[in-house]
Amino acid sequence: MSSTVESGESIKAMATIRRGMQISPELKQGLAGTLLLAVLSTVGQLVVPIVVQQTLDRGLNGPDGPDTDFMLRMGIIAAVAIAVTSYCSYLMTTRLFRSAEGGLATLRTKAFRHVHDLPLLTQNTERRGSLVSRVTGDVDTVSQFLVFGGVMMIVSIGQIFVATILMAYYSWQLTIVVWVCFAPLLMSLRYFQQRLSDAYGVVRRQVGVMLSAISEPVVGAAVVKSYAIEDRTQERIDTAIRVNREAATKAQGLTAFSFSLGGLSGGLANAGVIIGGIWLGFAGDITAGEVVAFAFLVTLFVSPIQMGTQILTDAQNAIAGWRRVIGILDTPADLVDPGEQGEVLPRGPIDAELRDVTFAYPGGPDVLHSVDLHIEAGTRIAIVGETGSGKSTFAKLLTRLMDPSAGAVFLDGIDLRSIRQVSLRSSVVLVPQEGFLFDDTLRANARYGRLDATDAEIRSSAAELGLADWLDGLPNGLDTRVGQRGESLSAGERQLVALLRAHLADPDLLVLDEATSAVDPRLEMQIGRALERLMSGRTSVTIAHRMSTAENADEVVVVDAGHIVQRGPHTVLLQDPDGVYAGLHASWVAQQGT
Amino acid sequence: MVAPRGTMREGFAVLGVAIRREPWIFTVSTLGSILFGALTVADAWVLGWSTEHAIIPAFEHGEIDASILWAVLGLFVGVAILRAVGIVARRLGAGIMQYRMQAHSRQAVTRQYLKLPMEWHQRHPTGQLLSNANSDVEAAWFPIAPLPMAVGTIAMMVIAIAQMLVADLVLALVGLLVFPVVIVANIAYQRASSPLMTRAQQLRAEVSEIAHESFDGAMVVKTLGREGEETERFATKVRDLRDVLIRAGRIRAMFDPTISALPNIGVLVVLGVGVSRVLSGATEPGSVVTVAYLLTIVAFPIRSLGWLLGEFPRSVVGYGRVDSVLQATGEMPYGATPLPDVRTGAHLEVDSVAYSYDAEQSLLSDVTFDVEPGRTVALVGPTASGKSTLTNILTRLVDPQNGAVRVDGIDLRELPAGELAGAVSIVPQTAFLFDDTVRGNVTLGADVPDEDVWAALRMAQADGFVAALPDGIDTQLGERGTSLSGGQRQRISLARALVRKPRLMILDDATSAVDPEVEARILRALRDGGRDTTLVVVAYRKATIGLADEVVHLDRGRVVDRGTHTELLDRSPDYARLVNAYENEAETAGTGGEA
Repeated sequence: MSSTVESGESIKAMATIRRGMQISPELKQGLAGTLLLAVLSTVGQLVVPIVVQQTLDRGLNGPDGPDTDFMLRMGIIAAVAIAVTSYCSYLMTTRLFRSAEGGLATLRTKAFRHVHDLPLLTQNTERRGSLVSRVTGDVDTVSQFLVFGGVMMIVSIGQIFVATILMAYYSWQLTIVVWVCFAPLLMSLRYFQQRLSDAYGVVRRQVGVMLSAISEPVVGAAVVKSYAIEDRTQERIDTAIRVNREAATKAQGLTAFSFSLGGLSGGLANAGVIIGGIWLGFAGDITAGEVVAFAFLVTLFVSPIQMGTQILTDAQNAIAGWRRVIGILDTPADLVDPGEQGEVLPRGPIDAELRDVTFAYPGGPDVLHSVDLHIEAGTRIAIVGETGSGKSTFAKLLTRLMDPSAGAVFLDGIDLRSIRQVSLRSSVVLVPQEGFLFDDTLRANARYGRLDATDAEIRSSAAELGLADWLDGLPNGLDTRVGQRGESLSAGERQLVALLRAHLADPDLLVLDEATSAVDPRLEMQIGRALERLMSGRTSVTIAHRMSTAENADEVVVVDAGHIVQRGPHTVLLQDPDGVYAGLHASWVAQQGT
Repeated sequence: MVAPRGTMREGFAVLGVAIRREPWIFTVSTLGSILFGALTVADAWVLGWSTEHAIIPAFEHGEIDASILWAVLGLFVGVAILRAVGIVARRLGAGIMQYRMQAHSRQAVTRQYLKLPMEWHQRHPTGQLLSNANSDVEAAWFPIAPLPMAVGTIAMMVIAIAQMLVADLVLALVGLLVFPVVIVANIAYQRASSPLMTRAQQLRAEVSEIAHESFDGAMVVKTLGREGEETERFATKVRDLRDVLIRAGRIRAMFDPTISALPNIGVLVVLGVGVSRVLSGATEPGSVVTVAYLLTIVAFPIRSLGWLLGEFPRSVVGYGRVDSVLQATGEMPYGATPLPDVRTGAHLEVDSVAYSYDAEQSLLSDVTFDVEPGRTVALVGPTASGKSTLTNILTRLVDPQNGAVRVDGIDLRELPAGELAGAVSIVPQTAFLFDDTVRGNVTLGADVPDEDVWAALRMAQADGFVAALPDGIDTQLGERGTSLSGGQRQRISLARALVRKPRLMILDDATSAVDPEVEARILRALRDGGRDTTLVVVAYRKATIGLADEVVHLDRGRVVDRGTHTELLDRSPDYARLVNAYENEAETAGTGGEA
C-alpha cells in the first residue's frame, strides 16, 4: 500500500506534456487554428518592416525624387498588414487564454477531486500546504507558460526553419558553418534542460514546503501564542523562505547562463561566416556583397534561437509545476470505488461481519490479528479496550476508511470493497472524535449530513437528540458561524454538530468513535439516551470510553493488543473478575467514585 | 484598494520600494542591461569593421593576412562574451532582486501573522493567508523581471530621440506623437485590467481557501461521501477564476498588438508627412529615412516598457493585498512589569471578567474568583457555559472587555511579551502537534535535557507509547501528529506543559480522549508530583474534580457557585445533576429531560 503522494518528478518532459494534454483536452481544442493565427501574425510582423524598407528605398529615394503614388500604395499595404497582424495576434492570444485557462481549470478540479479519492492514510501523510500548492501555485506556473511560451516556441522553430532556407539560398556552405557554430549550444541544451528540470523541480517542491511551514503556525496560532514560541516559529518559516529563495536563485542562475550561450554562439557564427566567406571568395564561390548580406541573415537565425532557449527554460519551470499536479493524479486511489458495477446495500439495519481481518499500517506491525467479529443487524455493540488496543481501527475498517491488509469486511454479506461508494456512504456513517466543521453556518454544517434538509428537519433532529435547548441558546441559532474548523465553538459543541449531521444522514449502520468525549456528562447521558432510541431498528457500533455506553449496549466487545479477548453483555462480562473488562470497569468506577 | 486611475503611478511606486530596498542588485542588473544594449550596437560596428578591413581587401587582393582573421574572430567572440556577461548580469540580477523582494515580503507577512491576535486569525482563513504569502507576493514583485531591460532600453530610446530631433525637428515631433498614444493606450489597459486583476487575486485566495479547508476536513468529506459536492464547490470558484483570467487575457490580447503596432503606424505617419515636406523642400529625403529608422529602433524600448507596464495591474493588486495584512492592527499591547522571579505556584485573580463576541450575546459576565498559590481549582459547567473562553482569557489569547486577570497581583496586560508564557502553561482541549519529533513537540525548541523530556512524558503517561515508537522521542510525528491517536496527542500536549514546570497550569478538559485508567494515573502523578504548581482544571469527571481544593461552577457565562465539591453537591441540585449524570443514568434511564 502506498501512503505518499507521487512527486511526479520522474515523469519526462514530453510525457508530462502529453499526459497534461490528455488530462485537459481543452488544450488541444482549436490548436490548429491558433497555430495558423500565430503564423499569420508572425508573417505580418516580417512584412511590415520589409514594406517600410521598400517604401524608403524605392519610394522616397526613387531615381526621380519621391514617388508619391508608389508610397501611397505601399503605405496602404503596410497599414493593412499592420491591421491584419494586430487582429491575428489579438485572436491568437484570446484563443490561447481560453484554451489554456479552460484546460487548467479542468486540471485543478481533477487534481482536487483526486485528493479526496486518495486513501485516508495518504491524505494524512501529505502536508496540507503542499497539497494546496499543487492545485494553486503549481497550476499558475503552467498557465503562464502555456499562454506566453507555447506558441512563441512554435513560432521560433518556424523562424529558425525559414532563416535556414534563406541562408541556404545564398550559400549552403556558410549555412553549414552557422549550424556548426550552434552545434555546441544545441548539444549542451539537453544537458542544461536536465539540470534546469532538476532545479525547477526543487523550486516547486520548496514552495510546497514553505507553504506548509507557513500554514502550520497559522492553524496552531493558539499554541504558538500561549507558549510564546513566535521566535522559534519564525526561524522555521524564515528557513523555508530562504531555502525557497536559494532554490529559485540557483535555477535563475542556470537559466541566465544557458541563455547567454545563445549570444556566444551568435558571435562565433558571425566570425565563422566572415572567415568562411572570405575563404569561399578565394574559390570564387561567393561575392563580397553576398557575404555581407549573409551576415545580416545570421541575425534572423540568432534571435529565434535565443527566444527558443528562453522559452525552453521557462518550460522547465512550468513542467516542474505540471508534474506535481499530475503526480497527484498518478497516485493510486487505493480504495477503488467499484462504481456502476458495484453492489448497492439494501436499506434497513445492516448485518456486519469481519472475517479473519488483519490490519497493519504501511511499514508497521499488525494492529489487528486475524479478527473475526459478527454484528447482527439491529444490535448495539460497544467496543472497549485500552488506548492502542486497536479499537479505533474497527471504526475505520467498518466504514471503509481503510481496507484490511488480509481478510475482508462484509456488510449484509457483501464484501465492502464491492459496494458502491454512493451506497456505502449513505448507509454507513462514522462520527469521529474530533468533529471537523467547515467555516460556514451551523445550518450548512448540519446539512452536510443531508443536503436537502430543511430548517424544520434540522430542528426536529436536534430536538430528538435533546439538543433543542443548546440550539436555542446560540446567539444566531442555525445562522451561527462556526469559524474555521469550527473553532468558534467549543470542542463539545463541535461534537454536537457532528452528531446532528450524522443523525440527519439517517444511516443504517452508525459508527461512533468516542463521539461525545468532550461533552458535559449530563448532556452526554441525554444524547446517549436519545441515540438509543434513534438507533432502534439500526445497527450501531460505539468505540466507547465511558462505562455507561458499554453498560447500555446489547453486547460489549473487549479488544486487547489487536485481539478480541472477551465478548458478551456487560453483566455477563463482569462476572469474570480476572477478565480485561473487569479491570477496565474497575478503573471507570474509581473515576466516578467520591 | 488602489483606484485604477493610479495604477501606473502605484506600479512605479511598488518598483520604487524594490529599488530602494535592493539598490545594488538593481544597479548591477541595469548596468548589465545597458552593457547588453551597447554591445548589440558594437556588433554592428564589428560587422562594419570586418567588411572594411577583411572582406573588401580580401576580395580585392585575393589574399588576406591571418592576423586580420584572428582579429575578426577575436572581435566577434570578445563582443559576444561581454554581451553574455551583460545577459547574465541582467537576468540573474533581476532574478536575485525579485526573489529577495519576495523573501522580504514573505518574512514581513509571516511576522505579522505571528503578531496578530487570535481574533484576527479567526476572521482570516488559512488558505487565504497562504495565498497572501505566495500568490500575492509573487504578483507584487513580478515586474522586477522585465524592469532592468526596460530601464536599460530607456538609454537607447533617449539617444534615438535625440538623434531624431537633430535630424528634423518637425518630423521628430510627429514621430514622438507615438508616446502620448502609448500612454493613453496604457491608461486604457490599466483601467480595464485592474478590476479584473483584483478579482483574480481575490479568487486565487478563495480557491486556496477552499482547497485548504477541504483537505483539512478530508475525513468528514470521505465518511459522508461528499466528494462530489466538495469538488463542485471548488470547481465553481475555479470556473470563476478561469472566466476572469480569460477576460483579462482578452484585454491583454488587445494591448500587446497595439503596443507593437504603434511605432509602425508612427513610421507610416512620418513617411506621409516626410514626403510632403520633401516635396515642399523643407527637408531632405535622408532626414526622413533617419527619423523613420530611428522610430523603428524606438519600437523595441516601447515594447519592453509595454511588458513592464502590462504587469502593473497584477503587481499593484498583489502589493495592496500584502500591504493590507501588514497594515492590519489589533496587535496586543504589552507592558513592562515582570513577574516576580520565583518558582513557587502563582496567585491567580480573575476580577469581574466580561467577554462577548457581539453586543447581543455575552459569553462571560462578571466572572470573579481567585486561586491561592499551589491550590487547585476546577471549573465545572455544562457544554457552552464559557469555560473555554475563560481559559483563552487566562492565557491572554484574548483580552476581556471588562475586568482583569492578575497573576501575582499584576494585570496580564502589564506583562512584557513572552513573560506570561514563562509562568503559565495551558493544555488545550484539542491537542495541536507540530510537524516535528516527539522531542520537538515537547520542548518546542527549548534546550531541555533528555531526562526532563522523559520525566514529563512519564508524568503525562506518554512514556510507554513513545518508547515503543520506531525512533523513540526522535520519531517524526507528521503534520498535526496524525500518526497518533487523539488520546496520545493529548498526552504529548500535556507533557509539553509539564516539561516547562509552569507556576500556573491550565488543563482545558485536556484528558477527555484518554482512557480512564490512564487518566487516573495522570491525575495521581499531578497530585503526587511534589510540585507546587497552581492548577486550574476544566473537568467533568468526578475523579478530576475530586483533586480540586475548590470548584467554580459556571453556567451561561456566570459563576453560579463556589465551594468544595461536597459543598456544591449538597447545596446545588444543578451541580449535582451535572456531575452525577453517569450514576443517575441507571435510575433515570429512558427519559429525555431538559438540558
